[in-house]
Parts: sequence; C-alpha cells; structure tokens
Amino acid sequence: MKINPKKYLLDIDCYSKEEILQIINDSKIMMEILNRKVKKIPTLRGKTIVTLFYEPSTRTRISFEQAGKILNADVINIATKESSSNKGESLLNTILTIQSIKADLIIIRHPHAGAPYFLAKNSEIPIINAGDGSHAHPTQSLLDLYTIHNNIGQIENLNIVMVGDILYSRVARSNILGLSILGANITLCGPKTLIPNEFLSKSQLFNNITFEHSLKKAVNNADIVMPLRIQLERQSSGHLPNLEEYSKHWCITNDILKFAKPSVKILHPGPMNEGIEISSEVAHGSKSLIKEQVTNGVAVRMALLYSMLNSESKMSLEE
Amino acid sequence: MPTKPILIKNGRAIDPTQNLDSNKDILIENGIISQISNNITHSTAEKIDAKGLIVSPGFIDLHCHLREPGYESSETIKTGTAAAAAGGYTTICAMPNTNPTIDSKVAIKYVQQESKKNGYINVLPIGAVTKNREGIELSPMIELADLGAIGFSDDGNPVYDANIMRQALNYSTLTNTPIINHCEVLELSKNGLINEGIISTRLGVKGIPGAAESIMAYRDIQLCELTGGKLHIAHVSTKSTLDIIKQAKESGINVTCEVTPHHITLTEDLLLGKTGSDLKQEALNINSYDTNAKVKPPLRNSFDVKSMIDGIKNGIIDFIATDHAPHKFLGKNTTLENAEFGISNIETSLTSSLSLYHNDNFPLPLIIDKLSSSPAKFLNISNIGNLNKGSKGDITIFDPNKIWTINYDNFYSKGKNTPINGYKMKGKVITTIVSGKIIYEKGKIHD
Repeated sequence: MKINPKKYLLDIDCYSKEEILQIINDSKIMMEILNRKVKKIPTLRGKTIVTLFYEPSTRTRISFEQAGKILNADVINIATKESSSNKGESLLNTILTIQSIKADLIIIRHPHAGAPYFLAKNSEIPIINAGDGSHAHPTQSLLDLYTIHNNIGQIENLNIVMVGDILYSRVARSNILGLSILGANITLCGPKTLIPNEFLSKSQLFNNITFEHSLKKAVNNADIVMPLRIQLERQSSGHLPNLEEYSKHWCITNDILKFAKPSVKILHPGPMNEGIEISSEVAHGSKSLIKEQVTNGVAVRMALLYSMLNSESKMSLEE
Repeated sequence: MPTKPILIKNGRAIDPTQNLDSNKDILIENGIISQISNNITHSTAEKIDAKGLIVSPGFIDLHCHLREPGYESSETIKTGTAAAAAGGYTTICAMPNTNPTIDSKVAIKYVQQESKKNGYINVLPIGAVTKNREGIELSPMIELADLGAIGFSDDGNPVYDANIMRQALNYSTLTNTPIINHCEVLELSKNGLINEGIISTRLGVKGIPGAAESIMAYRDIQLCELTGGKLHIAHVSTKSTLDIIKQAKESGINVTCEVTPHHITLTEDLLLGKTGSDLKQEALNINSYDTNAKVKPPLRNSFDVKSMIDGIKNGIIDFIATDHAPHKFLGKNTTLENAEFGISNIETSLTSSLSLYHNDNFPLPLIIDKLSSSPAKFLNISNIGNLNKGSKGDITIFDPNKIWTINYDNFYSKGKNTPINGYKMKGKVITTIVSGKIIYEKGKIHD
C-alpha cells in the first residue's frame, strides 16, 4: 500500500513505473474520501504545508490547498512576484525562512525552469514542483495519467496525441516523460517551430515518439487527444503567423475527432483558449474529461501529500 | 630598490620560441633574466630548487575580468591579480566592461594606477570599442592606445552594428591594435541560458544556438577583409566558427582567435548535474541546472570540445585565454535564469589546459606556447613569453603531474563560481615570479 516516502517531486522522472502506478492506486482511495459527505480525515494533522507561488495560478494552487485541508494539514499560501532586480536573493532567503518556521513541505511554482531544484538543493524539507517555467509540471502529469487510467483502465500501448506548443509546455514535457515510463505511444502534432527537434529524432531523448504535422493523420486511431494551451506571444516571437492560421490547422473539433477511435477522450491542462486549440463543443462535449481532470487533481495531490508526509506504515484514512 | 637575484636550479626549462626543452638553470638579476645555462652558481642569489618541475615563461592572459572599477564586490584588481598569480599568470589583460567603462583617459589611467598600486602582476588594459559599450559611437581609440590600451573590445556585448564594427576595424588600423569581438547574434541568443540542443530541450530552458556565434564571426571576418583591420575573435566555442576562421586564415585575412580553458574541457552535460555516462536517460537531480556552468558562450557538446582541441593542435586557435569572470555569491546562488553568466577560472586555467597533455598527448611546449608565448606575440611584446637572456624575469614554475582537489574556499579570487569545485585535477602552479620577484609560492601570495 505505502510507497517509500520521497523527499522530492521535482519532475515525474523522480518516480519509477511502479511508484507512479502506486500513486494512481492511492488516488482512487483518495477519490472515495473526496466524495464523502464529510470530506476530512486527520491524517496530516499537525503538518504545515506552504504553497510558494511566484506565478499566478488558480487551479493548481487551490487544488493543493484543498488536498492539504482535506487531509487536515495547515496550509500557508504565499503568492509573490519574482523580481529580476533582486536576482533571486529573495528566493534563497525565502526558502530559509519557510524552513525556519518549521514548515513540513513546500509546493513551489516558479517562472524559471529548475527553480524547484534550486529549492531542493537548499532545503531540508520535502519539495513538490507545481510548475517551473517551460520545464515540468509533474502533478498535472500525474493527474492526467490517473484520469486516463481511470477511464480506460490502462496506459500501456495507448495512442496519445499531444497537439500544439510542445516547445514551451511544461505539461507536455512531464507528460511525455510519464507516458513514456508507462509505455504509451506518443504522437506530437503541431507546427515545427513549436516542437523541438530533439523530441523528434528517435535516437535522442525518447524512443517512442512520432511527429505528425497533419492533425487528421495524427489523431488517426487515437485513444487520447491532448491539445495544449497556445499563447498569444508565440506570434510576436515568430513561432506562428497568427492564431487564426493555427486554429485552422490544429484546433481540435468534432470533425477532426471523427478520424480518432470512437472511444477517444480529450484532456486539456487548462486554462483553455476555446476556439483556438479546442472548439467549445469538444471542450464541453461527451468526449471531454476536462472537468473530471480538475477533481482528479485534488485526489492525486492528496495521495502525493500523504505519501510524502505520512510516516505511518499503515494507511489510516478514517474520519 | 634592486631586488635580490633569484637562481632557479635543476628545472626543466621550456621556451617554445627558441625550441628549448631541457634542464637549465636560470638566473634573474634586477628583474631581468641574466643567464640561462647549465650549472649556474651565484653566492648571494635566493635559490629555488625546481627539480622535477617545469620552468616556463610566465603565463599571459589576453581576456579576463577584474571588475574594478565599479563591481568591487565581485573582484578587485588586488584579488584578481592575486588569483592570476596563483594561476601562474604574470601579465593579464583586463576587459573594459567595468563601471565606468574603460572608454576614456581617466578610466584607463585609473586601471593602470590601481594596478601599479595594488596589483601583484602586470595588468594591461583593453579599451572599449564604443563609448559606454553601447555600440553607437567609437571611443577615442588613438588616445587610449597611446596611453597603453592593447586592444579594443565591448566584451560582454558584441559590437552589434555592422557599420560600427566596420568603422572600428578601419579606424583602429591607426593604432595597430586588434578589435576583439564577442560574437553573438542577439536575436538568436535572446533569453538563451545554455547551449541549444538536447539538454536545453530536456531542461525546458531557452538555448543559444551555435549559429549565434558563427554568423557574427563570419560577418566580422568579411569586414576585416574589407578594412584591412586586425580582428580577434574572443572565446570561440563551435566547430563552425573555427571552420570559418580557418578559411579566413588560409586566405590571408588578419584574424586570430582564442579559446577558454572550459571550452576545451567541459560540456553542457554539466547542466544535468552529473558526470555519468547515460546522461540523457536518467532523471534530473538536485544538482541539475548548475548555475556555475552558465557561461557565454555556453558550454557546448563533446563534438565541439573535440574540435576546440583539434583547433589548438592545428594552430587555428592562437592561444588560450581564460575569460575569468568572477561573480559574487548571489550572482550564482539563484535560479539558472537569474544567475549571471561566467566562470571564475584563472586559478584553474593551467590544470584545465594540462588535460591536453594528460589526455590528448599534447607536448608541454605546445601548451606553454598557448598560455604564454603566443599571447606575447599577439601583444607584440618581445621581452615576455620567452626565457631569452634579457627578457623580463616573469617565470612560472609548475608541476604538471601534481594531483590536487579544486576547492573554491582556497581561491584568491572573490569569485567562487567554478563548475569544477571538488574535482581532482592534475597539474599545479608552484611558483610565480614577476620581474624577478617571487609573488606566489607553494600556495601563498607574498605581499
């Protein structure tokens, strides 16, 4: 039942296949708690969790806060802006301060890739990465894996299509790692300017990724399609001519999904640009798991916090 | 005050300029090499036993950052020259990206006076190409050269505007000094932190492609040919740049180039935080995103490192220059994005360079040429960079085989920002002599 407590979740590659499957399993139990009338258990009573967010976020932060509170942990939220003028002095000192108030775990989101690694290096308490720059978003990946597993019953050998801004997407990076660890077949689709070459050649980073420029071909026989949020600033940096052209070629619509498996499901990490990377009817239609993802996020984060903070060997989930 | 004569006994003297590589004694009197031969005796001289050691002309660094004036919390002329002496250097050239920029008579005189007052070794100033290194108006090059600027560079920035670069190369012909350019096409390197490639992709950070360097190197070579100026390409890091320079040299264009100790020894793999074999398949760890490996130009891959080593061997690379770039604690103890670019390496330059001797079978005279004789030739100064009778008593004695562990706590430099802290290295400076005076000996600076 209990996995070995980890000191860090910096990216999903901190976990093995077995450990990921264990968290998926634990999340199912947490989901049951989440659906109780009185959704509170004393498991993490007396533990203090700090969310340290250097970037605006609603869903990830409240998801962690809800997860912590259901487990009876005390949650302190710090929302701050990274100022380039103080060159990170605040980050190092903030870590030391949070440790000194006897917090038990830090959840960090930061606009700079690698910031959680810097934190982990300078901290004695557990760290969870809640998103760092374009690098990683492991809890989003875990909740995506859980959502897929919960709906289809497996991940191995599924055909997963990720569409859009892979280059700048931390969700894509963590999902590529996580899905690879669990043995899914991954297809990346989108303009070449937004898909790093290193993901494309099989010999390099990953073995089971294919690239398909045409969305119609990419979704062929797909079990899961994951459009990624496309950012307006990709236009000014020359990665895209305009969003109109993007959506013409890469927007997930019901018409496109006719080429996928009839059972195809849609995931989106949010927030969505409806009408650009995903049509409204798909986002809110019967194939969409998007709302479910948000609920699942709480259960997965409960499972994670539990696994990292509870030193008891037996899972006690009584009210 | 005349200094006491120094007699270096029993060492293996190497001077590439006169094809010397044999056991010789060297006598230094009044700051000058007065005798070099077998079995010199002298009754009053201070004797140094160099048995089993290499006696080399003092090292000369064409590219370092002393940070003074303006950034004394990162380095000062005093600490920087102490560090340089500990690294075996007897003459160093200071880059002008200080505050104020070295673009005026007052500024250059300040560096010269402070160096004379507080410096342990010789400091030669490099002037800025443009006022305030803004790339808009030329600095008064003739005045600066007359005062002693050995060349001009906006280092840290490229001379961005092709027309300004053209005019600088042309105008500087009047001073017979080189324009040293930091080649970087800013649109391509924008927001870039490390080499562009598999590791930047894995880390999710913006990379700097090799083309950002080679494109500007090519531009500058064309402008050099157009103007007849003297061009020096700083810190070359890619094979493409070297290929372009090779071609230019073959067609007789007046271009030279340098490489840093880190670009011949380290790769971008350091950013992954480990030195094992199967780097790409393993998980990242808390040593990933090592800010001490953040430098411009970025550490490249093993293919580029190998081409740098080949470039030294075949002479396309004229010399090794450190680009010593000390930073204060918080300049590196932060996220990769917020961290400064640069490596503090003037104290480890020899041991890094000696990897060419230990791992690539380079002869020691070739390495000494790249650390001393060739830089002297570039500076057009005849009494340093060799062991000729009558030359300055600037001498470095080192043990090429001594094994030591790099520990930044022992650095004289204020910059502790080395990516090779804790590395066990081979080869160490034992004694540094400047103008016949022992400045550094067995780990200690002599005040």
